[in-house]
Amino acid sequence: MRTAPEERGDASRPAMEELANDPSSRKRFFKMMGAAGAASAFAVFLAACGDDDDQEGSAGNAMAEQKKETAGGRDLQIVQYALTLEHLETDFYNAVVDSGVVKDKKLAETAKLIRDAEQAHVDTLTGVVKDLGGTPVRPQTTFESVLEGGEMKVLETAAAVENLGAAAYLGQAGRIRSKDLLAAALSIHSVEARHAAALNQVVGKTIVPDGAFAKPASMAEVLPLVKPFLA
Amino acid sequence: MSRENLAAPELAAIDVKGVTRQSFLVRGALTAGAVYGLGTVGPFVRHAIAQEGGGDVEVVNFALTLEYLEAAFYQQALERVSGLSGDARTLATTIRENENEHVKALQGTVKALGGKPVKAPGVDFGDAFASQQSFLMLAQTFEDTGVSAYNGAAPAIKSKDVLGAAGSIVQVEARHAAAIRALNGEQPAEGAFDPALGAQEVLKAVQPFVRN
Repeated sequence: MRTAPEERGDASRPAMEELANDPSSRKRFFKMMGAAGAASAFAVFLAACGDDDDQEGSAGNAMAEQKKETAGGRDLQIVQYALTLEHLETDFYNAVVDSGVVKDKKLAETAKLIRDAEQAHVDTLTGVVKDLGGTPVRPQTTFESVLEGGEMKVLETAAAVENLGAAAYLGQAGRIRSKDLLAAALSIHSVEARHAAALNQVVGKTIVPDGAFAKPASMAEVLPLVKPFLA
Repeated sequence: MSRENLAAPELAAIDVKGVTRQSFLVRGALTAGAVYGLGTVGPFVRHAIAQEGGGDVEVVNFALTLEYLEAAFYQQALERVSGLSGDARTLATTIRENENEHVKALQGTVKALGGKPVKAPGVDFGDAFASQQSFLMLAQTFEDTGVSAYNGAAPAIKSKDVLGAAGSIVQVEARHAAAIRALNGEQPAEGAFDPALGAQEVLKAVQPFVRN
């Protein structure tokens, strides 16, 4: 079931683009998250980088060229990191959907819905980076080796990526101080967790690999694992 | 909803109109205890209370009450739903054990705070266990609500460690939600962003299932 790239656009895309490009849309987005004071979110975010406890310093080198010497430097780095992961996920699901490698109709539909969610995350985070004065990262990605491995390899990789993504967000939660941006990050985090559990079920793994309490992953732990997919 | 309508006194003790920041700090601290061990939590909690000007054992107990509800829900489902499929039984068992772990951690944290853990409330899930379908539908509501409850509370937590711990629990709730939704033939998420719920909304959602 191959989907041509030009068919990817769906009715919700304009809304996503609006969210990414229009600050007032992002304001509504933060309100939707249940976070009050959305208008001040980015100002608070900018002020949130006072913590110089930078255990992630070396890991952040991947995005070092994007890290501006602004008040929001550290938090900008976190958003760029999240954006990198979301791009990776979006590119991956686009490649999967386009390849038609997932034959099961329901699973193929799930892959498209996950792709759309990841794209929405990309659009939102891209807007946040811009608001913070940064230039959004756009990594080059490659998934040929995964796609060549067939459907099960693709599904196992999807599950691994989602579990890693959820752990990555969890690993950053405590480093963000703005309540509003934290609310947004959490709203993405739990969706990544949902994806992870659904895909774990598909490939026959437990939905809760860490048991009752999920474990975080730091940038230093995450970046080497995604490096094979970064061209 | 007025407080007078609440069936359980432990719920009535909660100020749902103004859940305070220190409440969330304490709630977060107890989740840290779950992850990092209760021994590490006590000093932090006392420090946080000293900073914020007051403890809030009631809110910790509120969280505990929610966990009791969830644990009881899956326990009763496993006992009462006839013809539960293998997949549903396996999942309900996993979730029940996760919730029981949360309950134990919360009880310990209330004690570490110098408080007295609330007893498990009486529960009545109505006709939810009449069939696997009705059980799974209510389970989906519980899990989605749980995710939104934590997402709504977490931004008020100030400590990085505590926040990370709260996140570790909401991630597990989200995983439960997705797995239940799969059994219901639903996609894992409603959209790209999970909504947040305030304490009052959460209370309203669970109140129908609480009995003295």
